[in-house]
Amino acid sequence: MSKNKVLLTDPLDDNNPITVQVLGICSALAITVQLKAAIVMSLSVVAVMGASNVIVSILRNLIPNRIRIIVQLTVIASLVVLVDQILKAYAYDVSKELSIFIGLIITNCIVMGRLEAFALGNGVWRSFLDGVGNAFGYGGILILVAFFRELLGSGNLLGIQVIPDFFYEQWGYENNGMMLLSPMALITVGLIIWVQRSRNRKLIEKA
Amino acid sequence: MDYANLFIKSIFIENMVFAYFLGMCSYLAVSKTVKTSIGMGFAVVFVLTITVPLNFLIDKYILQPGALIWLGPEYAELDLSFLSFIMFIAVIASMVQLVEMIVEKISPALYGALGIFLPLIAVNCAILGGSLFMQIKDFSGILESGIYGFGSGIGWLLAILAIAAIREKIAYSNVPAPLRGLGITFIITGLMAIGFMSFMGIKL
Repeated sequence: MSKNKVLLTDPLDDNNPITVQVLGICSALAITVQLKAAIVMSLSVVAVMGASNVIVSILRNLIPNRIRIIVQLTVIASLVVLVDQILKAYAYDVSKELSIFIGLIITNCIVMGRLEAFALGNGVWRSFLDGVGNAFGYGGILILVAFFRELLGSGNLLGIQVIPDFFYEQWGYENNGMMLLSPMALITVGLIIWVQRSRNRKLIEKA
Repeated sequence: MDYANLFIKSIFIENMVFAYFLGMCSYLAVSKTVKTSIGMGFAVVFVLTITVPLNFLIDKYILQPGALIWLGPEYAELDLSFLSFIMFIAVIASMVQLVEMIVEKISPALYGALGIFLPLIAVNCAILGGSLFMQIKDFSGILESGIYGFGSGIGWLLAILAIAAIREKIAYSNVPAPLRGLGITFIITGLMAIGFMSFMGIKL
């Protein structure tokens, strides 16, 4: 049991898909302007990763090794189409905002990476835990980045103003519009990596 | 004139890496030395230039609402656009396979240089991203989409080349230990992206 628990908790910190394994960076950066979009994106990735890890793990003895990449891509793509259609039906605004990035879950290396590295060689339940754990590790960073960008960039959280008016009126506080632009997403992730590694020194790369 | 504008725009202003963060995974993984990054960069240019126009044709004549009208009037209502993800990724995966085989036959030297990077490209989000942006941008012709694909590829090549050169040099610098490797690369990319923002608003 404890071994299975490690599968779920390890990706949250020690083996985080974004800051340690360097997977799935693209979408992590692009859709973190607002917390809401980041949360929807994280949930989509949780759904896709959990389901695709289960499916590939069930099929793992049937897939010929040579065409496994195309098989995996097809499984992921079908699941992503499902998520995309559901979002379009029930949360159209958010799905407009995420634009092509829902589609890009297909080529999000985090999904492929975990399928290749884990689901192809492990049982169904363990693969499911691994998929969900990694997706949560991914979502955690996503939400963290989005939290800072939305808070500092527009003074809102989830679209609700949290920085009180007198900050602006009496103290001359200004929102940092730079946080909303793409370069700051990269720098925010860089700073998160810095904080994580100085706290958890065994992750530091050898020079 | 319009084509040149589109070309410059897709290289600098809508740079795949700095404006949309597409292809970041391989951008970070393969940029340790200039030599490998050149190989990867050219492979991306190559595949983008082929797949974007190809997916444009597929989108225009098969997937768009009413695109199947050439089969007969009874198909005019059909809307297959929900299939676009699967179609695009299938085209990309099979094109990559095909390109790999052709390059291996025709030019073993080029295959030696690009070879190991080609399979990686199927899951490079810059490639699928190029096709999906092409769908949103609603290009009028195959030439336009080809130029867009080529320009985006060149932009990606430029980005990975620049970061690889910087990373080679930064190996000699005294970076704070927790930032070493990944962290500093992120921050440098961010600073480069700020630099690229100065191209915004350029019109030819």
